[in-house]
Amino acid sequence: MYGKKVKLRAIFILSIFFSLILIVFLVFKSLEENVVYFKSPTEIKDLTELTSKKIRVGGMVKEKSINVNQSEVNFVITDFKNELIVNYSGSVPNLFEEGKGVVAEGFLKDRNFFTAVKILAKHDENYMPPEVEEAIKESN
Amino acid sequence: MFNYLKPNNLLKIINKTQKFVFIIFLVIISIGLVEALILSPEDYKQSDSVRIMYVHVPAAWISLGIFSLIAVLSFGILVFKNKNLSLITKSLSPSGFVFNVIALVTGSIWGKPTWGTWWAWDARITSMLLLAFFYLMFLLSWRVTDDEKKAVKISSYIAIIGLINVPIIKFSVEWWSTLHQPSSVNIFTETSIHASMLLPLGIMTAAFALFSLLIFLMKYNTELIKIKNKGLDRL
Repeated sequence: MYGKKVKLRAIFILSIFFSLILIVFLVFKSLEENVVYFKSPTEIKDLTELTSKKIRVGGMVKEKSINVNQSEVNFVITDFKNELIVNYSGSVPNLFEEGKGVVAEGFLKDRNFFTAVKILAKHDENYMPPEVEEAIKESN
Repeated sequence: MFNYLKPNNLLKIINKTQKFVFIIFLVIISIGLVEALILSPEDYKQSDSVRIMYVHVPAAWISLGIFSLIAVLSFGILVFKNKNLSLITKSLSPSGFVFNVIALVTGSIWGKPTWGTWWAWDARITSMLLLAFFYLMFLLSWRVTDDEKKAVKISSYIAIIGLINVPIIKFSVEWWSTLHQPSSVNIFTETSIHASMLLPLGIMTAAFALFSLLIFLMKYNTELIKIKNKGLDRL
């Protein structure tokens, strides 16, 4: 149906396209460590050596773990397998709440303690009016 | 087939549809804004700041959609050497770029009250910024050279290479841990936005799509007039 040249051009462009996909895939595969925005408490536990560099840890704020005294906030980040105790002084974002997602940026003291310099709230993909949330809570 | 469409005939059709599209756009955007800003409920967690979603999400969808379309058409340009297709991709790109920038800016404005930061170098946001750069390169490829044929070729390659970034944007929130939340509107799995919020989201998406169509028609119109002025009878 099409001329030989058209077919050749199609093959040429497709081969460029697919080899580039492969390159991008390999690059991301090898850079996986740096592409993730934060580590989970489990990944912190599994670290072979502690870094003194600034890192980010993310997970859920454990229920009933937020402890505010004066300007300091203490809470526990959990991924439901492992936990990490976080110490932070400063203001927290509005959506920072128990049982919700959080990302803490700061420094590891050891495998269990983390000193945060910045707290970010990570919210989930659920959007609903307050009445609906009440109804869901009641039915549970 | 496209090669035998005369610019004169196309111009007539575009002039008629342009007004029509503009009127529908005005109606849809008015309904959408009323729904999004007044009638839709506030969110149980974010309260009123959830309304940014009705601009942010449609803008991101449209910019991704337009880029994908440009890339597919670019493949056609390179393979079939079709002049008309290159006018179409050239005319599609400005609105795609604008919506990309809108998605980034509204995301930043939304990020401050919810996450606590204006910007985060996570996979979703960074790949979206990269898309903006691909758009910019695409738009600039006509400026860097006076040779029209060369510009068409460069821009088409940029679009095809940039297409690799599109699935990365889409799946970044699933493949890697990101600050950005996973997608709420899904085709294959359950959608996690309440119906009362999904409605304004849908209407705003339709309004933005119509706006893109309108800008596309205006831009395409200009390109056709340029061709007509060069004295070419057909594309």
